[in-house]
Amino acid sequence: MPAWTPDQPLIRIRDVHLSFGAVQVLNGISLDVMKGDVICIIGPSGAGKSTLLRCVNALVPIDRGSILVEGQEVHDAKLDKLALRRKVGMVFQQYNLFPHRTALDNVMMAPIHVLKRPRGEVEQEARALMRKVRLEGKEGSYPGELSGGQQQRVAIARSLAMQPDVMLFDEVTAALDPETVKEVLVTIRELAEEGMTCMIVTHEMGFAREIADEIYFTDRGVVVEHGPPAEFFAHSRDPRTRQFLSQIL
Amino acid sequence: MINLNPLWDWFRTLHETTGINLTIFYDPFDRARFFNGFLTSLRLMAICLVASVVIGVVGAWVQRSRMLVLRAITQGYVQFFRNTPPLVQLYFFYFALGSYVRITSPTGLSVPAVSNFSWAAIGLSLYAGAFNIEIFRAGIEAVPRETIEAAEALGYSRLKAYVYIILPLAFRISLPALNNNLVNLVKTTTIAYAIAVPEMLYVANQIWSDELNVPEMMNVLLVIYVSLVALLVFVMGRWERALRVPGYTPA
Ligand SMILES: Nc1ncnc2c1ncn2[C@@H]1O[C@H](COP(=O)(O)OP(=O)(O)O)[C@@H](O)[C@H]1O
Ligand SMILES: [Mg+2]
Repeated sequence: MPAWTPDQPLIRIRDVHLSFGAVQVLNGISLDVMKGDVICIIGPSGAGKSTLLRCVNALVPIDRGSILVEGQEVHDAKLDKLALRRKVGMVFQQYNLFPHRTALDNVMMAPIHVLKRPRGEVEQEARALMRKVRLEGKEGSYPGELSGGQQQRVAIARSLAMQPDVMLFDEVTAALDPETVKEVLVTIRELAEEGMTCMIVTHEMGFAREIADEIYFTDRGVVVEHGPPAEFFAHSRDPRTRQFLSQIL
Repeated sequence: MINLNPLWDWFRTLHETTGINLTIFYDPFDRARFFNGFLTSLRLMAICLVASVVIGVVGAWVQRSRMLVLRAITQGYVQFFRNTPPLVQLYFFYFALGSYVRITSPTGLSVPAVSNFSWAAIGLSLYAGAFNIEIFRAGIEAVPRETIEAAEALGYSRLKAYVYIILPLAFRISLPALNNNLVNLVKTTTIAYAIAVPEMLYVANQIWSDELNVPEMMNVLLVIYVSLVALLVFVMGRWERALRVPGYTPA
């Protein structure tokens, strides 16, 4: 296989099928993400959005199809999962921080444990990341002492500490109080502006419209339609898309 | 060195005036053998506490293994040791296994390869370890699936996720149950008596047979065991507090 070059999609998803028992969750989904792109995936609950992100990170095996990350087949039995997960950062709806370690430790743990990097160097970077997500002064706090928005920003910093090439965000503001949603969105926007490739599952339509290069509407495990935000919101053709947008906007 | 003779003499006087006969204080021979019994008990407890926790941690890890055979073996072990009396287990080790595990001494005699004390340590560690596996397993099951997934997403291998995330969280959840089991273990070490390990109960029995002071020795034993259990509970409580994390309540 020829080596991956940045003019090819960083993530290439083709005809992915996946069922959990009798439930067909992904039904031939395909999409591309170019390096530096921000794509937003929207769609009703149960559409398979979270499952898709989890497949990209090899947290869930697929039944059929192909997912290439930088040219590497994710669902190859010989895949080096560690190498894949270094490249792909993931942030979850429920933050999923490690509750027994401080915020700073949460950011430092994976580079030390997984990448075996020297602690001093990692700590410097982790402190810089805490500043970047505007949590200076909260380094010593435990997750349980932080607000949802603060925890989510620690989770973002924790992912960034692995220096990923792409970040997956799964409804990262869905569990937050309205007043803290913004601080998390600001953090993601800054990342996007710095050129981070992002796959974002979100219900925040205003945010998606503003940040996305491409919006994908998914339902029942397929991409129903997609397009650049301006076009997508103004001229969606599919009745399912229109119905979804009318409910949510 | 503090001179303890006045204290020993006080116990001698106590015996002469009240009839309360605590030879383990004023009689040097009884004192020495009782003290050795006490140390033997402490050693047995310390070894079994540590070994049973190690067995629990390793066994709970193996129970998460993808290898069915390993899981089945662990499960068999846990069920066997949980569902048979510890005294029967100890007899099994000592009399059944012990009669096979023999070596030939330099003088040409066939002698046991494993001492009574070692059999007691092995048997009791396996006994308490089986319970610890179940205790840690329950703790691991209470660790949120999402937390483990976050570790996986960061590139943690199964073993690393276990060591750095699952176990520390499961441990906190398991501590109260672990506490109970370790207290139980401390008390159960007395069954080593049955295979003639010269631990505290065994030497107390020797002493009361010689001195005919059964009530006194019984009281001594009770006081010592209550104190040891209290000490363990205290240490475990301190440990629990040391592991406490602000804003986090173990499930
Ligand atoms: N591990 C699983 N086992 C069984 N069913 C699952 C599992 N994960 C997701 N599902 C099902 O797959 C469907 C899609 O879920 P999900 O990807 O979470 O949707 P979305 O994120 O779009 O709301 C749902 O019906 C859900 O119940
Ligand atoms: Mg979801």
